[in-house]
Amino acid sequence: MIAEIGRFLIALALLACVAQTFLSWRGADQGGRSGAARAGAAAAEIAVVAAGFAFLLLIISFVRSDFSIAYVATNSHVDKPLLYKISGTWGGHEGSMLLWCWILVLFGLGLARIGPRDPALRARAVSFQGLLSSLFFAFLAFASNPFERILPAPIQGADLNPILQDPLLAIHPPMLYVGYVGLSAAFAIAAAGLMQKSGGRELAAALRPWALGAWISLTGGIALGAWWAYYELGWGGWWFWDPVENASFMPWLLGAALVHSAIATEKRGAFPGWTVFLALIAYILSILGAFLVRSGVLTSVHAFALDPERGMWILGMLGVSAVAGFALFALRAGSLGEGDGFEPTSREAFIGVNNLLLAVTAGVVLIGTLYPLFVDLMGWPMISVGPPYFDASATPLLIVAAALMPVAAFLPWANGGAKPGLKQMRAAFLLVPVAGAIIAFIAFGAPVLAVVAGGVGAWALCGAAMDVGVHWRAAKARAARFSVMGRALAHAGVGFIALGAAADASRPPDINRALAPGESLVIAGHTLTLEGVRRADGQNYMADRATIRVDGRAAVSPERRYYPGADQTTREVGLRSDWRGDLYVSVGEARLREDGEMVYELRAAYHPLVWMLGFGAFLVVAGGGLALTGRLMSGAPARVRGRSDAPAEAAAPSEAAEARA
Amino acid sequence: MTKARRRLWITAAAGAVLIIAAALAVTAMRDAMVFFYSPAMVAENPPPPGQRVRVGGLVVAGSVERPASGGANFTVTDGSAEIRILYAGALPDLFREGQGIVAEGAFDEEFRFTASTVLAKHDETYMPPEVARALRESGYWQEEGGDPTPVSSLDGADAAGSSAR
Repeated sequence: MIAEIGRFLIALALLACVAQTFLSWRGADQGGRSGAARAGAAAAEIAVVAAGFAFLLLIISFVRSDFSIAYVATNSHVDKPLLYKISGTWGGHEGSMLLWCWILVLFGLGLARIGPRDPALRARAVSFQGLLSSLFFAFLAFASNPFERILPAPIQGADLNPILQDPLLAIHPPMLYVGYVGLSAAFAIAAAGLMQKSGGRELAAALRPWALGAWISLTGGIALGAWWAYYELGWGGWWFWDPVENASFMPWLLGAALVHSAIATEKRGAFPGWTVFLALIAYILSILGAFLVRSGVLTSVHAFALDPERGMWILGMLGVSAVAGFALFALRAGSLGEGDGFEPTSREAFIGVNNLLLAVTAGVVLIGTLYPLFVDLMGWPMISVGPPYFDASATPLLIVAAALMPVAAFLPWANGGAKPGLKQMRAAFLLVPVAGAIIAFIAFGAPVLAVVAGGVGAWALCGAAMDVGVHWRAAKARAARFSVMGRALAHAGVGFIALGAAADASRPPDINRALAPGESLVIAGHTLTLEGVRRADGQNYMADRATIRVDGRAAVSPERRYYPGADQTTREVGLRSDWRGDLYVSVGEARLREDGEMVYELRAAYHPLVWMLGFGAFLVVAGGGLALTGRLMSGAPARVRGRSDAPAEAAAPSEAAEARA
Repeated sequence: MTKARRRLWITAAAGAVLIIAAALAVTAMRDAMVFFYSPAMVAENPPPPGQRVRVGGLVVAGSVERPASGGANFTVTDGSAEIRILYAGALPDLFREGQGIVAEGAFDEEFRFTASTVLAKHDETYMPPEVARALRESGYWQEEGGDPTPVSSLDGADAAGSSAR
């Protein structure tokens, strides 16, 4: 019965989304305050409730292990711990698509409630969001029904892929999806603004909080994914330039460009067309990411199984969204207007250059990700493009972007002037820690790129510290202080990420060796002694747990687990972390040596300063959150006019008061 | 600054960044592109020793050997030919016999393939696209109604693989 109700609810949500599209469209035509607009918002509510209940029913089916539902049967198992029964709901294609759809309509409701202030623009945005949601609900209803019955129902489920049975899976995908899908709100507002012929400034002000919120969530989701890969997959990497990782990285890069260009547009009216274009394409790349992940066209450790039908559906949705967005842009971009002028040493100019670098990086990643696919379509000899390509193309571009980043905060808007900015920054002092970081990396024997990245990381950290020092006092209002602090934290986060990545790239080579109990190996000055291996079974798996003593003191206990339900083996990594880095040990298969000893394959690695990656990502999220809070507190965009030398932050409160009046 | 000069600046900056990025991408692509060889292609026209390539196929049942020093050696097939793969690292947890895998590495002078990476994913119906295409080209895998091969026909593939030896 549950399955039938779930199906019905999905159909209801689809209808509600279609109604939302048309009613809100009509409402926007009538100025946004009419009954049609209110009906459109009500339809958005119905869609949220219906999809939310459908999602709840799917969770209940997982908890009850209702294997008459095909999706539950392929992704669950009676013996699975409750947490993974629940999180398994979004562990496969159909369930995660339902989550995606639900988040889409949640953002639709959000737009209807707290969307753009202009009622006509708001109704139009709700309508566009309804269109985007309708596409995905149609996909869910017609090609990915999570409530599909299976006959006869199997007695036991095939179990969730054991590597997904991890507490992080409970939050990583939802967070990632809020990021991916949240960009749809920026798309909807941008498309609505083009339709309404809104000015560039108004439009940038309306879409910036949504883009920022989505981008924060995307950042957190990607960081959690990298962390999960680091400790769960057992090969010790946190970023592999895998197509699926790239699929999330491209919208992230464009989102990063968007949250910055929107500032320049809303404060100064600079490059409005570019900001709107970014808002459109960031979400389109999110859908492209869904296509790459879900159609199985690329070899990836994350990919779902090959499914041409799903692939065609997603391509269709991609096509509709892209054609709608770009056609509107081509027809209406002229109405966005052109902002006031700016000088090459102004803050806008630096934001523009960084935008260019971020967008070009996204393009380079896109080429590397899609080229193998293109070659395959052409029937040429199959190729793959791996990390060496991205390390040699995307990484240098990102390093340049990070090197320019700290300077922008010290440059005035509009008229520019590098001298006063650099004086404030006291650039010469910063060179000392930067040189220190570079010397440390060289002494450590780091590769060239890592030395450069380490120097840039230190530069970004110093710049962020100085940013707070100089601008904190000038910012009188609370909202302005939030935005200064947010900017500094996020930029410091980038610095930490650069340092952590550079340190990890210069780590000593990993060691892979088979040891018998009592034997040792040495890595990065630590002696690891295998003490023994014993059984340590869990609720739904059997495990061998190795005890490895580090330098004769504390022990780490990596495990090798076998999940009979899924007939699959996984490994749990043993980690010993301190501020200097992580000692990383995983245990492989047992085998018999010639001398009759049972030996266990150990993989040992040392990751110096790897915590900086996670901490950096946390700072980016926290800084983004502060900036968003500051932006919401000030209520309206702080505008900066040309020929005004006051820093933007100081101008914020009076400007905000003006805008309210 | 006048509007025209600003445009000139913006265009020049964008042009410079684009050219640098394109140059980076092209050189990186030339160095980093890795070609895929199916066992049949290797038998017919092998890549020069030392060149980084990817090979792939179904892991032949019973071919996996785990030396005491660590690592694993195994054979992959596309039904018409086989490649022996030597691998010193830890096999991915998702590696198993009868499954499609892709390995990246190089051939030595005696045409042994030493892999530096082995990619595998077990997902019942998942097959690396390269392997799927190689199997289709060797006539080893017929798609039934667009569905990817179910596990049962993978097992069948193993049997055929061993008989081909």
